[in-house]
This record gives sequence, C-alpha cells and structure tokens, in this order.
Amino acid sequence: MSEHNKLPESYYRLLHELQAVDFVLVELALYLNTHPDDLAAVEQHNAFAVKKQQLKAQFDAEFGPLQQFGNSPVGVPYTWKEAPWPWQV
Amino acid sequence: MWIYEKKLQYPVRVSKCDPRLAKFLIEQYGGADGELAAALRYLNQRYTVPDKVIGVLNDIGTEEFAHLEMIATMVYKLTKDATPHQMKEAGLVGHYADHDKALFYHNAAGVPWTATYIQAKGDPIADLYEDIAAEEKARATYQWLIDMTDDPDLRDGLKFLREREIIHSLRFRECVEILKEEQDRKKVF
Repeated sequence: MSEHNKLPESYYRLLHELQAVDFVLVELALYLNTHPDDLAAVEQHNAFAVKKQQLKAQFDAEFGPLQQFGNSPVGVPYTWKEAPWPWQV
Repeated sequence: MWIYEKKLQYPVRVSKCDPRLAKFLIEQYGGADGELAAALRYLNQRYTVPDKVIGVLNDIGTEEFAHLEMIATMVYKLTKDATPHQMKEAGLVGHYADHDKALFYHNAAGVPWTATYIQAKGDPIADLYEDIAAEEKARATYQWLIDMTDDPDLRDGLKFLREREIIHSLRFRECVEILKEEQDRKKVF
C-alpha cells in the first residue's frame, strides 16, 4: 500500500480550509431543512456556497479532481483515479 | 445519485498502530447503532415519510456515509501496519483468519451486520422516534469509545462524531414537532 507522506503542507492547509467551509454548509443544510424561513441562514448558506466553489476550483487546479463524474476537470493520464484517497492521507 | 468528494468530512489522525483500539471502534462501523445502520435506515425510510421531513432524512442519511468513511479510516490506519501477532494480541485473531486486514461490517464482538438492526414502520412518528433513539444510542457509544481511547488524535475525531449525533437527534426532534403541528392544524377546520 502506497504511503503519501510527501504531500506538501499546502495540501493539508487547503484540505482543512475546504473541510471547515463544507462543515458550515452541512450544518446550515440540516438546519434549513427544519427552519426553511430563516433568511439569514439562507444568505449565509449561499455566501459559503460561493466560497466552497472557489476553494474547490483551487483544489482541483493544485491537487487534481476533488469530485468525480464531470464535477471537476480531469487531466491525462486520467487524474481522478490517482492516489491519495482520503483514508491514505 | 451521489457525488463522491475525495476528502473526509473531518480529518482523521491516528498517533500509532493500535489494533486493540480498532477492535472496539468497529462497533460504529458494523454494529447495531453504527454508521452503516444509520445511513441505510434513514435513506430507506425517506421514501415513505411526509414531504416536510424527507430532506432531513435524505441529508442526514448522506452525512452518515461520510461518518462511515471516517470510522473506516480510523480502523484502517490503526491496523495497516500491524503484524499477525499484534492482531492476535489485540483479540482480532478471528477477524484476521477470515479477512486479513480487510474491513468487514461486524460489531466489536465480531457479529456481522444485519438488517434486523433497523426498521421502517411506514408510520412517520414511529420511524422518527426510532431515529432519535438511534442517534442517542450512537452518541452513548461514542462516549464509551472516547472513554476507552488514550490516543489524543483519535479522541478528536470521535468527539466530532459524538457531536454530530447530538445535532442529528435535535433535527429529528424538530421533525416530530413539525409533523405534530401539521396534524393539529388539520383538526382545526
């Protein structure tokens, strides 16, 4: 099994930033399902959705596709299947 | 349809190889109140609950798969460098004989996962009360796991998962209130 200790510090920094923004989005998504009329929460959700897209584009460009099935651009040879996978880092 | 993201929901760090910890963490992988049971329970119940609460079941069910992946990562990292002797010492001889170091859906005692752990009653209140109970039982399990774990990195990930159970329970409780309110409104005409 391959080791991925050589990943740059910037990979972990960007990953953590993405995890933090995505956590806000998951929390708001669950909250809004039972509080659909909360305008401030909807606005916060949409602001963080923009931030998420920016971070995702940065991750896609620097470390390869974050998502599959056409949701991230891929390179040649096909970059999606390349390690590291989340449980390897 | 689901889209996979090549990242964990929350970072999983493990200080050292420790198959002893993996042996009891597997409870939340393939146990009665574990993440597999949670994900399959909610995503199955969502077809027959009222529209007002489908979103909650759909989204929490989806998040449970992210938790399943976190638990799997913990178990994988705790065991990947273990020798057969260490697996045996940790009480994983039965697991090793059948699965080597592959993960498998069973509980801490080695009992395989079964659909009898979950229910779909077709009665939204009955289903939601089961879901609330499931979250509270999972929260309790996470507390026992945290109490038995001396690895500070691992405890951090387990605490995150414990807190998510609390939020999920809260959201399911709100669903019950939403349905009760709707039922009361129907009576007044």
